Formats: sequence, C-alpha cells, structure tokens
Amino acid sequence: MTPINQHYTDFKNRLVTAFRANEERLNGESKTSLHQLRRSALQTFERLGFPTIKHEEWKYSNLSSMLKEPFDFDADSTLAVSDLDELRIPNLTGNVLYFVNGHYRPDLSRIVSPETEVQIKPLADVIQTESETIGTHFARYADFQDNAFTALNTAFAGDGVFIRVPDGKTVAEPVILRFITDARTKNVAAQPRNLIVVGRNAEIKLAESYRTLGEHAALVNTVTEISIARDARVEYYKVQDESQRAYHIGTTQVNQSDKSHFHGTTVTVNGGFVRNDLNITLDGQYCEAFLNGLYLPNGREHVDNHTLVDHAQPNSYSNELYKGILNGNGTGVFNGKIYVRPDAQKTNAFQSCKNVVLSPGASMNTKPQLEIYADDVKCSHGTTTGKLNEEALFYLQSRGIPKDQAKTLLMYAFAEEVISQIQIAPIRDYLSAAVAAKLGA
Amino acid sequence: MLTISNLQASIGDKQILNGINLTVKAGEVHAIMGPNGSGKSTLASVLAGREDYTVTGGSVDFDGQDLLELSPESRAAEGIFLAFQYPIEIPGVSTTNFLKTALNEIRKYRGQDPLDAVQFLKLMKERMKFVNIDQSLLSRSLNEGFSGGEKKRNEIFQMAMLEPKLAILDETDSGLDIDALRIVAEGVNKLRSPERSTVVITHYQRLLDFIVPDYVHVLYKGRIVKSGTKELAMELEEKGYDWIKAENAEVA
Repeated sequence: MTPINQHYTDFKNRLVTAFRANEERLNGESKTSLHQLRRSALQTFERLGFPTIKHEEWKYSNLSSMLKEPFDFDADSTLAVSDLDELRIPNLTGNVLYFVNGHYRPDLSRIVSPETEVQIKPLADVIQTESETIGTHFARYADFQDNAFTALNTAFAGDGVFIRVPDGKTVAEPVILRFITDARTKNVAAQPRNLIVVGRNAEIKLAESYRTLGEHAALVNTVTEISIARDARVEYYKVQDESQRAYHIGTTQVNQSDKSHFHGTTVTVNGGFVRNDLNITLDGQYCEAFLNGLYLPNGREHVDNHTLVDHAQPNSYSNELYKGILNGNGTGVFNGKIYVRPDAQKTNAFQSCKNVVLSPGASMNTKPQLEIYADDVKCSHGTTTGKLNEEALFYLQSRGIPKDQAKTLLMYAFAEEVISQIQIAPIRDYLSAAVAAKLGA
Repeated sequence: MLTISNLQASIGDKQILNGINLTVKAGEVHAIMGPNGSGKSTLASVLAGREDYTVTGGSVDFDGQDLLELSPESRAAEGIFLAFQYPIEIPGVSTTNFLKTALNEIRKYRGQDPLDAVQFLKLMKERMKFVNIDQSLLSRSLNEGFSGGEKKRNEIFQMAMLEPKLAILDETDSGLDIDALRIVAEGVNKLRSPERSTVVITHYQRLLDFIVPDYVHVLYKGRIVKSGTKELAMELEEKGYDWIKAENAEVA
C-alpha cells in the first residue's frame, strides 16, 4: 500500500539526492562557509519536508498536485529575443534584467544605471567573486529554519539578482527583474534568489515580474531578501502573470532599520497556484512599512498571501491593504500576522483585507493574527468579504451603463486602489491593462 | 410623455404604492409632495427601475413604451434621469470617466456616434457652468468626500450632460443650505425646455420657490390624494400635512 503522502517524500528525496550528487562534483568549494550554509539548509529541508494541509500555515494551500508532477530543475532555455515579444511590457525604461529558468541572461538584459549609483549583478557572479558580501548578507534575513521552501531555495539557489545601493544614492532609473519560466517543451522548475542591500539614506524602486511561457507545468520557488539601512526608501513590486499550470511559491523578507521606508505591492493577475510570503521585520525606530496586495483568482486558480509585520522596536508604523476579486471556482487565502514585541511601544499597525466574491464556487479564507505584547500601541484590523455593492451598481445603471459593464467598472475601481500605488508608470499601466482584461473590461 | 396608471408597488411584504395615477406632458414641471413615508421616494425608485421594489399592479407608459419592461440602463437611454436623494460614493471611479461611459452608452443605444475625448470635454466644460461645478471635483472619485451640496450639484451636472426627456428629482433639496439650493435650482431651470419634463419630489415648499411647478400633487399612504397648482404647495407650507392626514382619515 502506498501511503497518501508518498509523493511528498519522493519529491523530497529526489531533491536531496540531486544535492548530494552535486556536492560530490565540488572540490575545495565544499568547505566554504557558503557551502556549509547550503548543507545546513538542505538538512533543514530534509527534516521539515514539504508541508501538508495539516500544517497550520498551509491549511488552505494543498501542494499535493504539484508534488505529483516531475520537474526539471536544471532546464536550459533556448529562449531568443524574438520569444520575448509576447512577454513585453510596453514603454519599459530603466534597468531590465531577464532570468530564464532562474538563470541570468545578459543577452536579453540591459543595465543602464551607473555603477556609482547602484551595483546590479547576477548573484551567480557575486557568489564566485565576493565571498565577503555573501557571508555578510546571504541568508542572513530570510530564515529557513521553519520554512521548507526557503530552505530548499537556500540549498540550491545559484542565480538571481544582487543589488547594492551605496549610502546616500538615489537610483534614478527603476530596476525591473523579469523571471521567465520556459515550460514550452517540458515541466520546469526554477529557484531564483535575490539579494538587495540598500545603504543609508539611499533610495530605489524595483519590480519583480513573473511570467510563464508554454503549457507544461512550471514551478518557481523564489526568495528575495531586502536589507534597508536607516533613512533609506524602497519601493518594491511583485507582479505575477503566470500560467494556469504554474506553481509559484515565494518569500520576500524585508529588514528595516531606523527611519526607513518600505512600500511593497504584490499583484497576482494570473497563476494556477500561488503562495506569497511577505515578511517585514521593523528592526528600527520610526520606520514606515506599507504592504498592498491584489489578487483575482478565477477558474481554478488559488492565491494565498501570507504577510508578517514584526514590530521589534518602538515608534514604527505599518499599514496593510489586501484586496481580492474572486470568481469561478477561484480560491483565495489571506493570513496577516502582526507582532508587536514587548519593547515596541507607540507602535501603529493597521491591516485591512477586502474581498468581493462574484460566484458561488469561489471562496476566500481570511485570518488576521495580531499578537501584541506592548501596551501603548494603536493596532487595528478588518476583513470584509461580500458581493458587489448593489447600490453602486444601480446608480451606474440608472445613468445608462449596462449591468455587465457597470460590474466591470466597479470591479476595476476596486482593484485600482491597489494598482494606483505603483510608482513605476509602465508597470502600473501594464497592470491596469492586464487586470482590466482579466475582469472582462 | 409619462402616464402612470393605478401603479402599485411593494418592498418585501410591505405595500407602499397603492394605485398612483399621474400624467406628465412634455415641458411640464410636476411637484410631488407629501409627509415622510408616503411613498415619494419609492415612486422615484420604481420609475428608475430599482430592483428592490416589486410592481404589484398598474402600468407606466413612457412615450408609448411600457417603462416597467425596461432595464434601468434602457430607461436611462430612453430619457429617464433620476437625481438621487443620497448619491452614492464610488471610490476609484471618476465622474468624468463614468459620465463619458454613460453618455456614449446612451448614444450607442440611440444609434448615435460616440463622442471623442475632445468633444466630450467641450460639452463637459459647457455644462459645468450650469451648476458652477469645478473640474477638479469631477476628476476625483465619484462623490467620494463630497459635501452634501457638491453631491447634489454633481447630480444636476450629470443631468445636464445626459439631457434626459424626463428628470425626476428625489428630494434634491434635502441637506442643502439656501445658497446651494439656489445653484442647484438654477441648474434645473436652465435645463427646462418645451420637450423636457421634470418631476420634483420634495417634502418642503422651499425648493418650489426656485423651481416653479405647473402642478402640485400630494402623496399620502401611496396615493395621490390632492392635486392643484403651486398655490397648493403654499397652503401645505402654511398648514403642514396634518389637514391632509385628517381629511384622508375621514374618507377612510
């Protein structure tokens, strides 16, 4: 008899075997501290295994169909410039970097910002040449002890982007990272790893865009670490427009120092199975963190957003707004944790999650989770899940707008509150159009 | 233009309109007055096609068409306009964008070409003057954070843009100070024409000093119990509604 979770174990074992086989090919490198870290991450992954729905954090997100699929974790891509046509974001200026199946593609990319303003490099190069940087920052923010996917990414990740903004520099041009999974000929898995280090009083706007090519299954397990020094400002957008057979599991870990500002917006336009973890550690005073999200699952899509805002020190402010429009048999999950630690007096933390459920087959699970250990704080949370506002619908109809169009207009307006936060105009315009298309405008 | 015959309507189990008869000819202004709860706003809602109400009897003819058969958007396209008592706030939809969509949908229904951005803007600039409304207000989210007066002015501005055949003003005076009332009323008056009819629903006579009606009707318990000219409104202002209630209590 095959145990129900046999494919969980099989999938895990294949990865562990692959790691060991790789390890044997290494020479002196296996003794480096990075390799020790990877080995420790692999052991953690081996111990944790893939989470089942019995795991509290994975209660509504079932991995079993993903784990039944075979994936090629080392797939090449023959992607040519002409293949990018269908993926292009109009009017994109600035730094645009392409990663295909997790690997940097200099031939498709352009870096326009001067190196005195910002260093933008493939992480693979930094791993080879800057062991000190890796030692200081890599895996120092995204903890893998309790997260099998972060552990797996840490064990395997070889490429992604490394960005360092020196103290006092404002990066004039945005940095757009495009992660393309090329699943045109087979099932493909990629594990991008990004490390972003923003110096004191520096400023940068960046976006991660995830796309799938082809009809085979695609697995993306991505980790981004962002370290923000005091007085620095970061605008960060994660944009997902992946295929119905795509599985996206991603963690973004942000660490903020005194008086820093972080604004993160996550928009999931399409994607068969999506799990985003956005974790903010406010390890400084007078920090500001804004977290916004938009998700539009329909058909059989599943979008799970987990957020964590950890107020570790006093006097900081966080504000969170996630919005969802669910249709067909689409499912959504929002789990928003806010920790206010005993020292974090005068914390202001707000959270709101608003959902519109358009069809009887769609569903939304929301779970705000506030753990407050300080007594002089202002915290609030609210979630709403309902239908479209009938009064507003009637108002629009009474002005001559047909009902279906009025519905689309209202849904679009609902979504626009999140999209309008995005400060990279071509990304915002692209999302406006993609969201309108999905909502039937 | 509009012929309402024995119209009856309910919401849930509650019968609200108990047989309304009213004929409005082109170019006329009719005022419908009445105490709270008499069914004034229900009448406005039923004419505009709000689905919460069930028509349980009677008919409404609008220029030869069975109005009650039409969807709210078709009624608008046929030329009915309801100025809401409580205009709703719709975050994320600007008045400008929404009105452009509405106007072009109505034009499409009538077999007219849509207005392009330039033509629309020109029309908008012209009609903004009717109610002295500011363009910055119109590019904001619809009614969001508007004062009571701004919301009502926005209603009349929309009416000026959509050029209805029959305008129904549902308690447009409520919540307005005298200056705002004057601006709104002037807007309505500028739109008066021999082809356009207006039904003014109000609790108070005050609005009728500015929008002078041809006929005044008193609605009580879902029926029109008294009709007259503008002098009837003056009488109501002077004596209140109690004598109407008393008169009808005797009849019943």
